[in-house]
Amino acid sequence: MIFYVLKRLVLVIPVVLAVAVVCFLLVHITPGDPLVAVLPPDASAELAAQLRKAYGFDRPLPVQFGLWVWKALHGDLGTSIATGRAVLDEVSRAVGNTVTLAIFAAMLGFVSGGTFGFLAGYFRDRWIDRAVTTIAIAGVSMPHYWLGMVLVIVFSVMLGWLPAVGAGPGGWAWDWAHFRHMILPAVTMSVIPMGIVTRTVRALVGDLLSQEFVLALRAKGLSEQRIFVHVVKNTAPTAIAVMGLQLGYLLGGSILIETVFSWPGTGFLLNSAIFQRDLPLLQGTILVLALFFVVLNLLVDVVQAAIDPRIKRS
Amino acid sequence: MSVIADDTIRIVHVEKARGYWANVGRRLMRDKVAVACAAILILIVLAAILAPWLGLADPYQGSMIRRLRPIGTPRYILGTDELGRDMFARLIYGGRLSLFIGLAPVLLAFVIGTTLGVVAGYVGGLVNQAIMRTVDVFYAFPSVLLAIAISGALGAGIVNSLVSLTIVFIPPIVRVAESVTTSVRTLDFVDAARASGAGALTIMRVHVLGNVLGPIFVYSTSLISVCMILAAGLSFLGLGTKPPEPEWGLMLNTLRTAIYVNPWVAALPGAMIFVVSICFNLLSDGMRSAMDVRD
Repeated sequence: MIFYVLKRLVLVIPVVLAVAVVCFLLVHITPGDPLVAVLPPDASAELAAQLRKAYGFDRPLPVQFGLWVWKALHGDLGTSIATGRAVLDEVSRAVGNTVTLAIFAAMLGFVSGGTFGFLAGYFRDRWIDRAVTTIAIAGVSMPHYWLGMVLVIVFSVMLGWLPAVGAGPGGWAWDWAHFRHMILPAVTMSVIPMGIVTRTVRALVGDLLSQEFVLALRAKGLSEQRIFVHVVKNTAPTAIAVMGLQLGYLLGGSILIETVFSWPGTGFLLNSAIFQRDLPLLQGTILVLALFFVVLNLLVDVVQAAIDPRIKRS
Repeated sequence: MSVIADDTIRIVHVEKARGYWANVGRRLMRDKVAVACAAILILIVLAAILAPWLGLADPYQGSMIRRLRPIGTPRYILGTDELGRDMFARLIYGGRLSLFIGLAPVLLAFVIGTTLGVVAGYVGGLVNQAIMRTVDVFYAFPSVLLAIAISGALGAGIVNSLVSLTIVFIPPIVRVAESVTTSVRTLDFVDAARASGAGALTIMRVHVLGNVLGPIFVYSTSLISVCMILAAGLSFLGLGTKPPEPEWGLMLNTLRTAIYVNPWVAALPGAMIFVVSICFNLLSDGMRSAMDVRD
């Protein structure tokens, strides 16, 4: 097991490096100079040259990349052009909100998706299967930012039960005042993972139940509960892989939902970075989110290997 | 004797007349859900294409005195938007851009991804390594984040969002294309073609492509709904289309402030995105089961 974890850790290094390269290049695929955004159109050539030198944009790209990585390794992701604050501070303040929301949404989506999937898999081709499949396909086809708007219309505008925007007073705390702000965005976000987990689990359970070993278990007189345990054990590795990936998508894709609900997370940060052409902030936020994704994938692999010995051997 | 011979000839003839795609089409036509979805999609697409000739109101012509009329107002069946423009006309016209930015990236990614994947799978070796490892890099990012990052860095605009969405959808298509090609490459008929002196390009074009295009195509169609949602999402964020162009995502964005005045009109463009996306999903599912002959 330790050997497997170490092997996976070594394999992560090139991935992290590639992520860094993409994030670095992101700033340099922009047409013209990254400074175009901050410079007033009538700026003198000297001022432009001066700023370019101050930001290091006058050096060759590989050197810039090396310096950027070196600084990033020391926790310096540069300063935001718009606010003048350190990018790392901005991101770390926002990332907590995004993670809280994503985890809450993921739990909602996984529990409902898992339950639906099991029900549909067990009762294949019955009405319950058809109902669940319909819900699942609606979930994966849902423009979730629109669902967010509809939920706001129903629960905030018409019924007035829940707040439409924001994350509650001050920072995060485990009380109703904060929790009620999270319900709508979390439900909205959970729809896509719900649909995908439902479809995955349904297919897995359906396949599994038609296999011979289940027939053998039944034949030797095992109770339905014990068979259920076998089914869970066999679906868990794949289901966990799908769930891990979905949690990563929630973290990275929360920008749309955060915009709808003005949730003060990384998506909100990305949004302002994009429209203020704050490229260091954009770069830093995306780097942090992508690293989260990489770590999550690593965790999923390790957990999968821990519960399914077949994976370690291959 | 001659009767049997006649029968054999006739049977062979009948099978020949029904090719693979005709079979797929027949099976698809028997799938009621898929047919219904196809009909809805054709209706929306035709309406969008023929919009200027349908006698609709001018989708750009606003009016300060009839802003945000509710659904069912005489002459404005679906109400008016925040600038007093006819919603029905804007929803129909909106299909033009929305469908275009939802379909074009998948189509482009299909062409580019299939080419790269088939080459990687057929040639193998270093070429395969180079292509597949590059593709792996993109898997280190959640796809929505990647699309937003690229279009955010490139700046707002339709072309930029097309580019970013195409980049997002190439890697998964390459992976599928590579894996089906690798499984076909070792089959006997490819060896036979090579033995008969066919060149690599000819084998790829004639023998490989014909056998892998089906699965890749079905997989690509399943991406359309994601692309519709994402493309409209980029416009929703202000990264795609610019006002006053009618486009569902952008309309949803500009109508967001109207949810306190006239909520259901504000929700209409999203309903269009939802309907189109669910139809593409169901149609893709139908095609998958229609094409899977062994199923």
